[in-house]
Amino acid sequence: MNISQIAALVAVMAVVTFLTRALPFLLFGRGGEPPRFVLYLGRFLPPAVIAMLIVYCYRATSFASLSGWAPGLIAGLAVVLLHVWKKNNMLSIVGGTILYMVLVQVVF
Amino acid sequence: MNRKTLAAAFPHTLPVLMGYLSIGVVFGWMLSAAGFAPTWAAVMSSTIYAGSGQYLGVELLKNASPLGDAAFLTLIINFRHLVYGLSMLEKFRGMGWHKLYMIFSLTDETYALLAGVEAPEGVDEKDFYFTIAVLDHLYWIAGSILGAVAGALITINTEGIDFAMTALFLVIAVEQWQSSARHAPVYLGAAGTLACLLIFGPENGRFLIPALAILVAGLLVMRPRLEGGNKR
Repeated sequence: MNISQIAALVAVMAVVTFLTRALPFLLFGRGGEPPRFVLYLGRFLPPAVIAMLIVYCYRATSFASLSGWAPGLIAGLAVVLLHVWKKNNMLSIVGGTILYMVLVQVVF
Repeated sequence: MNRKTLAAAFPHTLPVLMGYLSIGVVFGWMLSAAGFAPTWAAVMSSTIYAGSGQYLGVELLKNASPLGDAAFLTLIINFRHLVYGLSMLEKFRGMGWHKLYMIFSLTDETYALLAGVEAPEGVDEKDFYFTIAVLDHLYWIAGSILGAVAGALITINTEGIDFAMTALFLVIAVEQWQSSARHAPVYLGAAGTLACLLIFGPENGRFLIPALAILVAGLLVMRPRLEGGNKR
């Protein structure tokens, strides 16, 4: 990719991210209550979307060989257990990632 | 923003300082590992300013994704920001031009801080919020540049570093799981997306488009059950 292609992608991400943050203010900033179904989706959609994104992250999983699924499963379990145990974002993310890197580079 | 406000705001931002430095370092490192100059880490963190969005951004850049795909994926990954805005409508009212920056910088962490803090006696409330937002943004930029430079200088085998994005979502999921008594949306999200993945295949992540439609439709169908009645 050349510089303008990279810049275009970054610009799209920046504009869309800003829009998601600005939308509630654009729609409901002038007073008035947001419709109830918007509040409802606002409350229950995020957990569903995070579950969706986790499936997205695991989309390349393959059961054709052990290395296609074991590292992701083991490191993923480690992240969840670490986080339930210590509740430390940095420890869970960095720890899980290092474990995954060791698994894909050295073990499998 | 004066020294008094800064002194009042800084201690509140310490947890975010730790968090953003570490998550930012990982982002910068991932971006370097994908072959992009540290300048891009600085540009992305200044203009996009979204943790999970930028982790995804590394992948979009690495794959040279089409702009439409990039827009769609960024949209759904940042969907939750809608909720944050809804609960900040009152707080940001009357902030003048600062309001635009407050909206831009409303990340998960800044939202959590703003939702929980009160300006101390004698410190202007709006200025206090603004200072917190600026400090958090600076931490994020600093962390990403640090990581990007380290990643460019230290050449180790970085295969697998992109797992950081998965780890970040898992962490968010654990926290959401523990803070809510109702898990039906999680099952719906996982099952609906998995079904779309199996039907449409993994290419370009386009299976997320029908998946998102299923989630919204499914949630609307489940609304009477989730919203009303038997609150546990």
